[in-house]
Amino acid sequence: MKTDLDVVSPPIPEDILQRVEAKGINRRDFIKFCTATTAALALPVSFIPTVAQAVEDKRPPVIWVEYQSCSGDSEAFLRGNQPTAGELILDLISLEYSDVVMAAAGHQAEEAKLQAMEKYKGQYILIVEGSIPTGADGAYCTIGGHSAVEDCKKLVQNAAATICVGSCSSFGGIPAAAPNPTDAVSVGSLVPGATIINLPGCPVNATNLTATIVHFMTFGKLPAVDSLSRPKFAYGKRIHDNCERRGHFDAGQYAEAFGDAAHRQGHCLYKLGCKGPESFHNCPTVRYNEGTSWPVMAGHGCIGCSEPGFWDTMSPFYRRLPKVPGFGIEDTADKIGIGLAAATAVAFGIHGVASCFRKGDAMEEDKVVKED
Amino acid sequence: MAKRIAVDPITRIEGHLRIEAQIDGGKIVDAWASSTAFRGIETILKGRDPRDAHHFTQRFCGVCTTVHSMASIRAVEDALNIQIPDNARLIRNLIMGIQNVQDHVIHFYHLHALDWVDITSALNADPAATAKFAQSISNWPKSSATYFKGVKEKLAAFAGTGRLGPFQNAYWGHSAYKLPPEANLMAVAHYLEALEWQKDVIKIHAILGSKNPHPQTFLVGGMSIPVDPDSQNAINADKIAYIRKLLRKARAFVEQVYIPDLLAVAPAYLDWAGIGGGVGNYLSYGDFPMDNSPGTGSLFMPRGVIMGKDLANVMEMDEKKITEYVSHSWYDYSTGDDKGLHPYKGETSHNYTGPKPPYEFLDTDGKYSWVKSPRYMDQPMEVGPLARILVAYASGVKEVKDTVGFVLNTLGAPASALFSTLGRTAARGIDALLLAQKNELWLDQLADNMGRGIYETFNKEKWDPATWPKEAQGFGYHEAPRGALGHFIRIENQKIANFQAVVPSTWNAGPRDAAGQMGPYESALIGTPIADPEKPLEILRTIHSFDPCLACAVHLYEDNQEIARHELMVN
Repeated sequence: MKTDLDVVSPPIPEDILQRVEAKGINRRDFIKFCTATTAALALPVSFIPTVAQAVEDKRPPVIWVEYQSCSGDSEAFLRGNQPTAGELILDLISLEYSDVVMAAAGHQAEEAKLQAMEKYKGQYILIVEGSIPTGADGAYCTIGGHSAVEDCKKLVQNAAATICVGSCSSFGGIPAAAPNPTDAVSVGSLVPGATIINLPGCPVNATNLTATIVHFMTFGKLPAVDSLSRPKFAYGKRIHDNCERRGHFDAGQYAEAFGDAAHRQGHCLYKLGCKGPESFHNCPTVRYNEGTSWPVMAGHGCIGCSEPGFWDTMSPFYRRLPKVPGFGIEDTADKIGIGLAAATAVAFGIHGVASCFRKGDAMEEDKVVKED
Repeated sequence: MAKRIAVDPITRIEGHLRIEAQIDGGKIVDAWASSTAFRGIETILKGRDPRDAHHFTQRFCGVCTTVHSMASIRAVEDALNIQIPDNARLIRNLIMGIQNVQDHVIHFYHLHALDWVDITSALNADPAATAKFAQSISNWPKSSATYFKGVKEKLAAFAGTGRLGPFQNAYWGHSAYKLPPEANLMAVAHYLEALEWQKDVIKIHAILGSKNPHPQTFLVGGMSIPVDPDSQNAINADKIAYIRKLLRKARAFVEQVYIPDLLAVAPAYLDWAGIGGGVGNYLSYGDFPMDNSPGTGSLFMPRGVIMGKDLANVMEMDEKKITEYVSHSWYDYSTGDDKGLHPYKGETSHNYTGPKPPYEFLDTDGKYSWVKSPRYMDQPMEVGPLARILVAYASGVKEVKDTVGFVLNTLGAPASALFSTLGRTAARGIDALLLAQKNELWLDQLADNMGRGIYETFNKEKWDPATWPKEAQGFGYHEAPRGALGHFIRIENQKIANFQAVVPSTWNAGPRDAAGQMGPYESALIGTPIADPEKPLEILRTIHSFDPCLACAVHLYEDNQEIARHELMVN
């Protein structure tokens, strides 16, 4: 029989610890980071030394670009804890370009980007924040006089891998919400066939971003993904299945109005419009701001921000889902998300999804009456 | 000979901003501010549920997150005449208050400091002398020689790798950098400390709002975060204690690091108290209601307008006097581009007429920005912490007068020094200090309400759209970290019929209007000395002093055809 002793992590080699200490990093923080990251990646503890070695000696070049963005994902990155943004920037990666952080401006900033692209061709990690507008010959977003379309294509094609942070670069996000005034698209649509991974969410969860970078550094490839190119370690489970209020759902205990006794006692938010049953993300387990909270914990339903087209498919946000199918906890996005993805494609294609929700309303009303 | 330069991108801001300037005789003689990105979120809002608007508008910006939720929630509440419970007022004040404090600190250290601090010079600093200097300006407990030695070694090890990452290619060694190595080393240490601090104190947003960026607990009618001392799923005694701890951490850093650093760095740059003044008109909507009475009488930061730097005359703000021009913005008005329109009556369609990318320069005689030009009584207005502090100071708010007086006395500067690049940066510090000191009062009041059995955070009276009038319109105000923010909503048949945001960076970054009057950025740049046109550090100083936020600033309304299309879609 296995005991706790069997799962004690193997030690990180002393020489690695000494080298990181020489760089001014606290040894305990480093061990903590490697352990937490290994756990976030859902890897066995025996991988801790591998992770340690990967983050210790590589410092991969990273280029972070923003197009139609709100910088919310950059800000989320600054809220990261394991490791902090400061540790990442100084010790773990070489951040060659980032609008929000970098000291250089103007043509010197653009030169730094191009130089990094040339020097680290095929080796750098590209992080894209924001959608890319394809309308008006690219004039809806320009940087240094160049269109986002042109800039993004070039950078993606020369990258080792591209990480799309947030829902805009992953799926088009809010600029692509109907009627998509600027013909905004995701990176995946702009550069089909490129090596990309999507980390949707509005904003991205910094823990998932860090874990993805470290996975790439450790194994030289991106983590396993679902059919929407989202890493399974972070988007493999439905919010509803891991929700801390799931017990109340199963017991039929619902908040009926914001602020009522059931709401104050933490009952299920399904009737107040929670989209957790149709959303795949690890919010309930990882939470935000160093595990402090997440929307359901703070009394507001999930708005489904990790799903494609959620601005159209999940809104109105306070209307309860037409029906919540009784899927088992083991279901994944690939098994049950196909219907959703198809609905989303329709939304992008002919803006037809809202009417489908209208139909849902009738069903929803029926259900409410019955339950009440 | 005059030389035209373009700085694009302006980095260390939110969004995409381009500055073009004409330089002659070592000074800027003409300037143009252009926003080069556009999303059209107001278009996307039309036809949707007004109760959803705050989720959408919050995505105007992830740096000044929360602020657009606040303004659009207030716009809907104004339209439907909804009174919020006292607890909701207090929770909102706390969220707004800590947002201002955290955002200002990030601006000072991470977005603005590198305009004044030469990191490379810090490598020549003596850690012992740095400690002595730091201890002379503040009791901050970290300021030991060992500490600064550690920071210097870390910096040296980083520089030694030869891979400078985000610090490469900057204007290091520029003749306009004036600080001694020790002050630079201290600033680098505090840059790193602030990076840690900001992620901690903003956990208040996670506790009250679920997460940051983009907290999610705002509701039309209140807040969704429940208050109940007998529940683990609500704001209870534990959470009050945790928030208090974080507020004290926030205040300590502002009082013992931010303000002392500001006052220590400013004397080296006092010439910037005479540079970058700009339009000299200031607008503040006021904010932070101190009680739940209707109207704006109880606002901690008062509402008002100052024209022509006249501090003796604070005028009442009347939102009816706001118009927006598109003479130099990539939009069309059906009534003619040179006539200003009030936001409620705004009708526009985007129409890009600039050069096809890639381009070298914009045609600034024509249209040259995605930002419109808002005007108050047809005058360009500066908004932001400086406007907010000036209006409060000139209105005689005691705490503000005292704090402004303390800062001016310490620097030996007259009040007129505030009308400048340095004044803008100092006012932001003053704003952060005042709010850092005020936040705990709102927490006390929230705890007091809880103790008296008052748990209500949400007024559900008008939650159901069936209770709404057929038509309504409302104005939602907010003093965001970057200044006066207004959302204007028209509701028809329970749907958003029109939504318009006139945001701080629209006021500040707007291009010229029909009369050719420059916007505040443009105006502030005129006369700025430029030592080296290849390295226009001075432009960054003045532009960053406004704390630009361009994603917020760009918006549009849609043409009728698009409304029809969208209605088809939702119905």
